[in-house]
Amino acid sequence: MVMFGHFVLLVLIGGAMSAEVLRPRGVPLSKRQFYEEDKPFTCLDGSRTIPFDRVNDDYCDCVDGSDEPGTAACPNGNFHCTNAGFRPAFIPSSRVNDGICDCCDTTDEYNSGVDCQNTCRELGRKEKEELQKIAEIAKEGFMFKKQLIQEAKQGLEDKKSKLGDVQNSKKDLEEKVEALRTVKETAEQPEKEAKERHLKAWEDQKAVIRMEKDKARMADMFLELDDDDDGFVSVAELQSHSELDPDSDASFTEAEAQGLLGGVDKVDTVAFETVWNNIKEKYVSESTVDVPPPRETTQEETRDTSLDNDSENYPDEDIPEEEDDEDMDEDDEDMEEGDYKAPPTSRTEDKKDDDEEGAMPPYDQETQTLIDTAQKARDEFNEAEKALREVEDQIRNLEKEISFDFGPSSEFAYLYSQCYELTTGEYVYRLCPFNRVSQKPKFGGSETNLGTWGKWAGPEDNIYSVMKYEHGTGCWQGPNRSTTVKLTCGKETVVTSTSEPSRCEYLMEFTSPAICQDPASSDSGHADHEEL
Amino acid sequence: MLARMGPVLLLWLAVCLSGSWAVDKGNFKTCDQSAFCKRQRAMKPGESPYRALLETMELTNTRLTLQLINDNNKVRLLLELYRLQGNITRVKINELKPLKPRYEVPDVLIREPSTEPLSLLSQDENGVVLSLGAESQRVIVSARPFRLDIVEGRDVLMSLNSRGLLGFEHLRMRKDTQADPEAENKEGTDPANPAETAKEEEEKVEDGMWEETFKSHTDSKPSGPSAVSLDFSLPGVEHVYGIPEHADTLKLKTTDSGDPYRLYNLDVFQYELYNPMALYGAVPVMLAHNAQRTMGIFWLNAAETWVDISSNTAGKTVFGKMLDFVQGSSETPQTDVRWISESGIIDVFLMLGPTPRDVFSQYASLTGTQAFPPLASLGYHQCRWNYNDQEDVRSVDAGFDEHDIPYDFIWLDIEHTDGKRYFTWDPHKFASPKEMLQGLLDKKRKMVAIVDPHIKVDTNYKIHNEIRSRGFYVKNKDGGDYEGWCWPGNAGYPDFTRPDMRAWWASQFAYDQYEGSMENLYTWNDMNEPSVFNGPEVTMHKDAMHESWEHRDVHNLYGLYVHRATAEGLVERSGGVERPFVLTRAFFAGSQRYGAVWTGDNAAEWDHLKISIPMCLSLGLVGISFCGADVGGFFKSPSTELLVRWYQTGAYQPFFRAHAHLDTPRREPWLFGPENTALIREAIRQRYTFLPYWYQLFYLAYHTGEPVMRPLWVEYPQDPATFALDDEFLLGRDLLVHPVTEEGARGVTAYLPGKHEVWFDIHTFQKHNGGQNLYIPVTMSSIPVFQRGGSIIPRKLRVRRSSTCMENDPYTLYVALDNQRTAEGELYIDDGHTFNYEKKELIHRKFSFANGVLSSIDLEPNAQFTTKSWVERIIILGASKPSMVTLKTADGENQLEFDFDASMSVLTIRKPGMNAGADWTVTLQ
Repeated sequence: MVMFGHFVLLVLIGGAMSAEVLRPRGVPLSKRQFYEEDKPFTCLDGSRTIPFDRVNDDYCDCVDGSDEPGTAACPNGNFHCTNAGFRPAFIPSSRVNDGICDCCDTTDEYNSGVDCQNTCRELGRKEKEELQKIAEIAKEGFMFKKQLIQEAKQGLEDKKSKLGDVQNSKKDLEEKVEALRTVKETAEQPEKEAKERHLKAWEDQKAVIRMEKDKARMADMFLELDDDDDGFVSVAELQSHSELDPDSDASFTEAEAQGLLGGVDKVDTVAFETVWNNIKEKYVSESTVDVPPPRETTQEETRDTSLDNDSENYPDEDIPEEEDDEDMDEDDEDMEEGDYKAPPTSRTEDKKDDDEEGAMPPYDQETQTLIDTAQKARDEFNEAEKALREVEDQIRNLEKEISFDFGPSSEFAYLYSQCYELTTGEYVYRLCPFNRVSQKPKFGGSETNLGTWGKWAGPEDNIYSVMKYEHGTGCWQGPNRSTTVKLTCGKETVVTSTSEPSRCEYLMEFTSPAICQDPASSDSGHADHEEL
Repeated sequence: MLARMGPVLLLWLAVCLSGSWAVDKGNFKTCDQSAFCKRQRAMKPGESPYRALLETMELTNTRLTLQLINDNNKVRLLLELYRLQGNITRVKINELKPLKPRYEVPDVLIREPSTEPLSLLSQDENGVVLSLGAESQRVIVSARPFRLDIVEGRDVLMSLNSRGLLGFEHLRMRKDTQADPEAENKEGTDPANPAETAKEEEEKVEDGMWEETFKSHTDSKPSGPSAVSLDFSLPGVEHVYGIPEHADTLKLKTTDSGDPYRLYNLDVFQYELYNPMALYGAVPVMLAHNAQRTMGIFWLNAAETWVDISSNTAGKTVFGKMLDFVQGSSETPQTDVRWISESGIIDVFLMLGPTPRDVFSQYASLTGTQAFPPLASLGYHQCRWNYNDQEDVRSVDAGFDEHDIPYDFIWLDIEHTDGKRYFTWDPHKFASPKEMLQGLLDKKRKMVAIVDPHIKVDTNYKIHNEIRSRGFYVKNKDGGDYEGWCWPGNAGYPDFTRPDMRAWWASQFAYDQYEGSMENLYTWNDMNEPSVFNGPEVTMHKDAMHESWEHRDVHNLYGLYVHRATAEGLVERSGGVERPFVLTRAFFAGSQRYGAVWTGDNAAEWDHLKISIPMCLSLGLVGISFCGADVGGFFKSPSTELLVRWYQTGAYQPFFRAHAHLDTPRREPWLFGPENTALIREAIRQRYTFLPYWYQLFYLAYHTGEPVMRPLWVEYPQDPATFALDDEFLLGRDLLVHPVTEEGARGVTAYLPGKHEVWFDIHTFQKHNGGQNLYIPVTMSSIPVFQRGGSIIPRKLRVRRSSTCMENDPYTLYVALDNQRTAEGELYIDDGHTFNYEKKELIHRKFSFANGVLSSIDLEPNAQFTTKSWVERIIILGASKPSMVTLKTADGENQLEFDFDASMSVLTIRKPGMNAGADWTVTLQ
């Protein structure tokens, strides 16, 4: 029931040549010699020899499928289409007579009933046009590329020379910084000493004031305690102040009171001084209303009694209110007085001093001059140091850029610190070569990182054809986002498409002249074009 | 397909998942959390209140009726008993006077079953004995307590209510709102027993009878308690099977120590293996088997159902059983089964065998057989959630050609639609679907696009507007359209229980309605449990209304109706000419009539690969032959080894489709290096070479109800060694498959059944004796498959890019001789895609080999069909070397060339060349 199966036929080769070559169906010219009519056929793997009439008889005799080049009988066979006018091709034998036109010359469908049109000429023409277009693009692109290479070369040299310059200026700066450091330190020593002197004088003065205040209070309190105004504070008078009970056991005994008075029954104003030193911490004035003590003192006492162990926290909670005003005052002062420098004490201390003993007096002229001198030295030093850091950054960046792999001739250098966008229905995609890829919803919403620069990731023979960006924002239940950027030759530098073939793995097509090959050299490598 | 939720559910999911991959069991009810199950399961055996009122018995030629009374509450039931053709007994129990009609499942039986006469053998005050026809079968009705025993000769085959667990919650008025008129009625009819009436009135109202809350969902239960239950005893039975769908072993386990097996169609996210939890589908059919007999119980009820199994031998060690045997003290092994359903009636079909084939044919006589699928649907299916756009489809299609891998269908999941509006296409990604479909058609390939039953509530969506304006949506308990959350967000659920709704739905598949559709576009119904993301147990509220019935009554039927309406749509669009292909996730008894089923959202784990075998075997036993599991596993990403092994296994399972979750990396067959591409290509090619055999098996399944993929015990019913096997299986009778499902396996041990049989390795032609455990060393390319000695399998070895391309290709006949040097087989051919086989446009041949003569005989002499296919090769396994081989056809005689491989005893007859539809003989001399 095999209704077809002839083995030898005429094949027209090459449009121009019009040569006729006899060979079995599906055999390429290169293998014609193995198929000699009227001679036994040996399978191409040498496994067995069969009569020639079993070649292309629609039954698979050879393990390698070589006896059925023109039928679908062998599962591992290949059929050769000449495709005159276009490119010749091999197709799997399983596509012979399957009702689908695979060869443009229609030779694969000779017995399936399907009516195939010979499209080789048309395909050839299209391919030629396409190739021409590509070649033109490649040609122009390659010219751009040469320019890019030139620019990159120039840019590299510029950068290198700039690096040299900057490295030199770095040296100068380092020296300058060192010199200014010495100046600064030299100026700061006398400043420090003068300030300490000033501070000490102020502390001494404060101590005197405090002592006087204490004495005045002692006198007041003596009068308060001396209920009978006899000029003595007696045991009984002392006992009326239960807070003074030394063991705080709720019974302030006579003996305890006597103990406080130094073993006597009563003391006069002179002897009270010793007693007062022992009791003043605990003493509570009988009438804060009648005898309003300094405001701060009251506050301190209230604080101590009501907050006990929490007292440490108190200042933090309390201070800001007052501080606000002061801040403003200070700011105002700063603005008005311009070069006024606040004494180098902490503000809280400062305030306390202000409250208790008034403000520290301004520095004397001599000290202020020393301070101003030191500040100037400091400012100059800081400025120099900042400049040095900037230069160091610049060097690092330059070194990074110089050492970056921008392709064999640095042709990709022009992409550095550039960004390219593509807007799709939903998103704006942004490719910043050698930096990162991101995606931002067109109608609001936050940007998603699709990966930061990873590496060149093309195949070994063309490593610069693919860029890989990795470690982008993580996906729910999935990997971190990453993007593969495929580069193709183009006159312009454009992102032409993006897709997400697999969840959170993005694919970007990117054209650039930098990937264009020299048309002269690629003419010989026709295979490259065939893939297109 | 469930895992990538809409934003609304993300949070919910994140909470549910919290880093774990397992199902959140807390989302699904245990028996204790399902009030009726808890109530029924609390009943004690041996205290049945039911008594048969023999004086009410009426026996006509076709049926027996009899009233039962519950002596506790005096509620009467009506028992109907029918003898059906083909050794089936049907028992129906309903309330004698229900307060309102109780639901009886429609549309599942293919017709009202034909009855056979019953006759009264004897009767006294304790009971009645009836004859069940010819085979000395009797049914004994005992009166007090009520009990049925089916007896053959001296053997009790099956007993009903033998443990006294018949339960029937009668419909009642709610006490707190109204007096019970039923009680008053009964007082009137039964004035002699006022005391008992009083007792009934005191019947306590238990929690969950009139309202039940699970998690945040309240079930209003307007009809109150309505559960039914019944126990069955199976003396002599130790193996029961069926009641899919569960991710469990083939042999069902006893449930004494845990929950019963549950039948309630649910969308279970990341289901766990080896437990009785409900899954996507439910077929309330159980098979019972021992070395003497196979029987089946078909519990026709579509409400939530639980099945308890206990056994008096379970838990006994082999030694213990041996000891019993030696001491002769063993009681007969017995399995007891109890079915509990939430509503409806008791309507049970006792399929009495006696052989497995008899049970298949008995069940087929009730619910029909497997739809005969288009040949192409038996090929390989490439699916992924999702192929992103037309370009993606084009490049995947091209990838198959580039890597020379055949496939027939490429699938589109939900993302192909315009915003999850089914019957539409994403205007950007799938702007020209017909162009895409034509591209596939040009390669003789096809596509499946998903159409789910939840409909986006959107007044700009035609489908929604039409369903709403026609009033076709399921209603909520307050009478408005029921709405729930699913893929599109807020969605309505068409009431597929309505014939007018189904007819309308079917009409939407017409080419002029379903824009962008073409004849090579087929359909996939997912989420048809139905899945309702924010519903109780991720499904519909039980108090939703399908016209006058509660969802509670019809739940397990919903998916079948969706599947049916869709399949009917595909038939209608071709004017009744073309066979449909529709895949469904939810199913019920009878779903086999509408297409294919898959095991839902499995995971890329070795255990999930293993479980695909018992899951599909269980489905096959209850009529659903066209079963498969997602190759590779849906959730997670398979190791390359697992993926290859899954392809190798899937290639030998009925529905062969690779599928993957949206969040997984791509896994088209060529993405794992050339070696693995070659392994996967080889597995798929093996599938295609066996397509003629698969097609013939499906034709057989369509005719007889026999499963395509079947457990070994079906063919070796007397060999107890086969009874629990579920790591290997048979395709038809003739192919035994023991896929490699262990990671890093160096070998597998396959049981080759049949003491006097032989089996041939299909790859090496090595012959092995049956009745042994055979250790087979394996490599990554191994797929242990054996052809039974005594069989003839037609194959097509010219694998092309799709099955349609292979239509006219020649056959190779594999003749595997048994020890008597005989063999038999069949070949079925038709056009592969129309219903014309119903008009006998087909070729059905029988091959037999005996006495050195292989002949092809016409099994359908009246059939008319011609094929271009011919026989290119005959390979005889286990042959001896002939001196001459002669072909005789109508055209005369001629001698054939042949090769003989003496080391393997394989005779290869070269190119006999006769047409596959012709009469011929080949004689070896």
